[in-house]
Amino acid sequence: MTDVVATNETILVVGGGISGMTAALEAAECGKQVVLVEKNPSVGGRIAQLYKYFPKLCRPSCGQEINLRRLKVNKRIRLLTMAEVTNVDGAAGDYDVSITIHPRYVNENCTACGACAEAVTAEIDDPFNYNMKTIKAAYLPYNMAYPQRYVIDPSIVGSEDANKAKAACKYDAIDLDMQEQTIEIKVGAVIWATGWRPYDAAKIQPYGYDRYPNVITSVEFERMMDPFGPTGGKLLRPSDAKEAKSIAFIQCAGSRDRNHLTHCSRICCMASLKQSTYIGEQYGDDADAKATIYYIDIRAIDRFEDFYKKVQADEKVHFIKSKVANITENRDTGDVVLHGVDTEGYHRYDNTHDLCVLAIGMEPSVRADQIADNVSADASGFIQMNGAGGAIFGAGCATNALDVNRAVQSATAATLRAIQVVNRVSSAEA
Amino acid sequence: MSENKTAAYVCKGCGIGDRLDTDQLAKIAESEGKCSLVRQHDFLCNADGVNTIRNDIEGEGVTHVVIAACSRRAKTDAFGFDDVALGRANLREGVIWVRPDAEEARETTQEMADDYLRMACAEIQYMKQPAANQNAGTNKNILVVGGGVSGMTAALEASKAGYGVLLVEKTGQLGGWAAKLYKRVPDREPFADPQDTGASDLIKSVEHDKNITVFVNSSITRTSGAPGQFSIDISAESGETVTENVGSIIQASGFSNYDANQLPELGYGKSPDVVDQAELEQLAKQAADGPIKRPSDGKEVESVVFVQCAGQRSDKQGHLPYCSGHCCNTSIKQAMYFKDSNPNVDTMVMYDDLRTPGNGEDFYRSAQRKGVSFTKGKTHQVNPVNGQLEVKFHDMILGEDAVAKADLVVLATGQVANSGVDIEQATTLEVEDEDGQSEATAEADTSEVQVPVESILNLTYRQGVDLPHLRHGFSDSHFICFPYETQRSGIYTCGPVRRPMDIVQTMEDATGAALKAIQAVENATLGRAAHPRSGDLSFPSFRREGCTQCKRCTVECPFGAIDEDEQRYPVFNESRCRRCGTCMGACPVRVISFENYSVDTVGQQIKTVDMPDEFDEKPRILVLACENDAYPALDMAAQQGLEYSAFVRIVPVRCLGSVNTIWVTDALNSGYDGVMLMGCKKGDDYQCHFVKGSELAHYRMSKIDDTLQQLQLEPERVQTYEVEITDIQRLPTLINEYVAKIDEIGMNPFKGF
Repeated sequence: MTDVVATNETILVVGGGISGMTAALEAAECGKQVVLVEKNPSVGGRIAQLYKYFPKLCRPSCGQEINLRRLKVNKRIRLLTMAEVTNVDGAAGDYDVSITIHPRYVNENCTACGACAEAVTAEIDDPFNYNMKTIKAAYLPYNMAYPQRYVIDPSIVGSEDANKAKAACKYDAIDLDMQEQTIEIKVGAVIWATGWRPYDAAKIQPYGYDRYPNVITSVEFERMMDPFGPTGGKLLRPSDAKEAKSIAFIQCAGSRDRNHLTHCSRICCMASLKQSTYIGEQYGDDADAKATIYYIDIRAIDRFEDFYKKVQADEKVHFIKSKVANITENRDTGDVVLHGVDTEGYHRYDNTHDLCVLAIGMEPSVRADQIADNVSADASGFIQMNGAGGAIFGAGCATNALDVNRAVQSATAATLRAIQVVNRVSSAEA
Repeated sequence: MSENKTAAYVCKGCGIGDRLDTDQLAKIAESEGKCSLVRQHDFLCNADGVNTIRNDIEGEGVTHVVIAACSRRAKTDAFGFDDVALGRANLREGVIWVRPDAEEARETTQEMADDYLRMACAEIQYMKQPAANQNAGTNKNILVVGGGVSGMTAALEASKAGYGVLLVEKTGQLGGWAAKLYKRVPDREPFADPQDTGASDLIKSVEHDKNITVFVNSSITRTSGAPGQFSIDISAESGETVTENVGSIIQASGFSNYDANQLPELGYGKSPDVVDQAELEQLAKQAADGPIKRPSDGKEVESVVFVQCAGQRSDKQGHLPYCSGHCCNTSIKQAMYFKDSNPNVDTMVMYDDLRTPGNGEDFYRSAQRKGVSFTKGKTHQVNPVNGQLEVKFHDMILGEDAVAKADLVVLATGQVANSGVDIEQATTLEVEDEDGQSEATAEADTSEVQVPVESILNLTYRQGVDLPHLRHGFSDSHFICFPYETQRSGIYTCGPVRRPMDIVQTMEDATGAALKAIQAVENATLGRAAHPRSGDLSFPSFRREGCTQCKRCTVECPFGAIDEDEQRYPVFNESRCRRCGTCMGACPVRVISFENYSVDTVGQQIKTVDMPDEFDEKPRILVLACENDAYPALDMAAQQGLEYSAFVRIVPVRCLGSVNTIWVTDALNSGYDGVMLMGCKKGDDYQCHFVKGSELAHYRMSKIDDTLQQLQLEPERVQTYEVEITDIQRLPTLINEYVAKIDEIGMNPFKGF
């Protein structure tokens, strides 16, 4: 049984993405005890899947390394991976929480030597790469995965493959008898940082994400740039693995739309501007390489304007003010054809591109009204901060569509709200 | 202090035992590494291995531990012994995983491992388990500068966590801009209508809060000290000054409105009926819920045009290049002031991009429902004509010039940060080079006539009176992952002084800043470093008698931690220090060190490497690698099974800024054939979390070229690289190419001397 020490002066952080990591670290570095719960086998969340950040075009794993080092040296944080909070009951300063821990089938003896992966033959879809490739059923989720510990996929447990993995491990790290378990702990405050997920692109019927292989989402496009990703760092389009050179970006894919998400997802304009720079990075001066951004408004807010100006100056990037009406496919070539009206001058267009990237909207991973009683949701399901939720505080993209900087800000603020509660508990008990 | 006892543990797991002669490693630890206790273990990171080490620490009095196993980044749970000085010889990611498992590679691979073990032993011999700073301050009160929404929020949130706050406001009352608003943009469902500003409630809460002491009509006339022990002078307009002590500081000095007088082409100053957004708020307040009247003649406004991005998002001289973020929502709100009192008022918002992120979109839709019209157009002129205003604009949808008539024009001008003095422009920093010559490292900018700016904090710091500015005058951190990574420890900015922002974001930001201010005092009390070396208990110490008062350390410290006394000796403010080691790297006479990181902990590693003679044809390349980017990238390369030359010896450094040139010259003098420095990206979009480590290293190495020439060594023997943590494939290639280049140049002629 997993042993977790927690009291009503402990802060529970749900979600190990950048917001949850930040909240856990900031709280622990103020001297608080923290239990950090992550659903996946490793922390990092969606930032780990990003190639670069806007507007500096720096690497998300750089900040992640700093955060991991902070986590490694901080003994006040108890990290539970493959764990989900299944119930929260109680009130500020006194919560009872149930956490279900799924079996990893690999214990702390694992040295990440990789022998089990070599032994296993079965492959599974790779969630880290949005299922764009497969990996061995014994795997390290990604290069920087922390804990640096392998996972045996449940689909092979009970099979010969799993036994092969166990036999290959010299360190007695594979335990195929591991069972799911549920633990009950007491905490004083909860920081809910379960983040976002991309809106289901297949629901935007006119864009044919479910019909045309060369219509992909922005998060999938991001994975293509990773040298260890599904395309080895090349912009190869799915239909024929041809290098995609003329790339369309459709803004507000699912956002600002009454039929889909009513809110503006905030990050997508900057994300597409960022991704348009990947084309120059890949193809240099190649005259065929170009990005076309179809937009309603470019929301490069506040200091981001500098980045917008930089991209506007790039000859490879073109802007068309238009909500694309629909996409069709050229069946012979696999090219995608975007149809619509350029509102500046009211010109109708039918533009052919190698690949179309949908700047997909953000929705909360967990709807606020599913967390606990009293936690209120806005119309999109994000946590609405109105003081009614007791000591359950939203952080990061669980509260709104936010970029990384704002998510970290939000997580830092949520940390203080949680500390206020546990400090009240401790002064009452003193 | 009791005597050092060093133990080395050689792990044979993960293939180390198969690939390397661990008996030989054990012998080296004993004989050369001077370890009094050496053990080999089949699987050191398991419970038995860890217990063995633990028992030796407790039973045998071991004070210094060398773990020869995997990378210092791996198995930190198992090897997290924080009561001893710890060194890690990286035999797995650093040796066997990057070398082919082949007979012909065996000898050079073993040599690599032997050296890494020697290096770990040498490192910890010169390392001490740091004892926390004895000069730590213990004041836990927080100073908040600015009594607007950001300052009041920060004060209240810190108070709610149990901390005392001093709140200093320059004007006669609290409230800032928010108190001047009629209503604010909504922050809750259904995001449809303007809502009460909440400013008066905030003011009341602050005034009634027993933890908060408010000073109005006051400003900060002196700030000195360090986290946990700042001393500040608060001076009232009356001239009276009080001195107070605080543990940390939140600068919430807000923004000023852009001066619309700089926009005569948009009619400002030509007609009283052209107003900025702040003035429109006054008009709306005067009107209360009744019709808004225009200033010129008191006529009820029947038509109003909002000109977005007035003097913003523009490269014109005197304009603001950035977007102020809130103004689209603000104009929508103000258009509703008119529509809500009289739906027949003609309200038009003239915009380029309408920027209402998040739930602002609901608010935008609500305005459309209320009949506010939106035109994508660029306004170039506003003129008073026959008692009305004529707005000339280019309609970007129809592609033609057009004219709109209105009773009132509202210019959506931007926010200008109240960030005080731009210290980079205000000071010319002079340092003496080794010959005693003065050189300017930062020229005063004389190209523009500067309007004198009042300092916000009046820091007595050697590096200037205020926090460093970023682009466009906003304060401090530009890190995406770490918005509160301040360049002045214990001082945090929040609100529109940091970047343009609206009330919702300001309150969130202020709450976050309050957390960081609380964390700063808690860490300072315990003598611990703040981010990014969180928890580090070491701090710089210096040998005064060796110091030549050259001022390099005081000038180069990225955090302004070092002052100077009257005799120009450095004064280290330990609690301001972030432990990057830049001062140590800067010091030409090497008198600065940390207990766990010093000229010796690295220098001795470099010297202890076994140097083959010239005829062995085994070059030795020293790699000094930034521990946050280059070193992890090398680890991950190893994880991927990418191979690189056995001739490199890699030493992780805290920051390239901590690299003292003596390491490089010593390496060349003792026979290394080349030195590679791997740091992160410098320049405007610098990625160094110690701000300018990489830049400084480049600068220092450019100076080293002269030394190389004097020694008649080729400049290629020292190379500095900008690398990223994702350079997993690039770094092995870089290393191999460099080794090939050294091969071309030939061996270092100083070998064997």
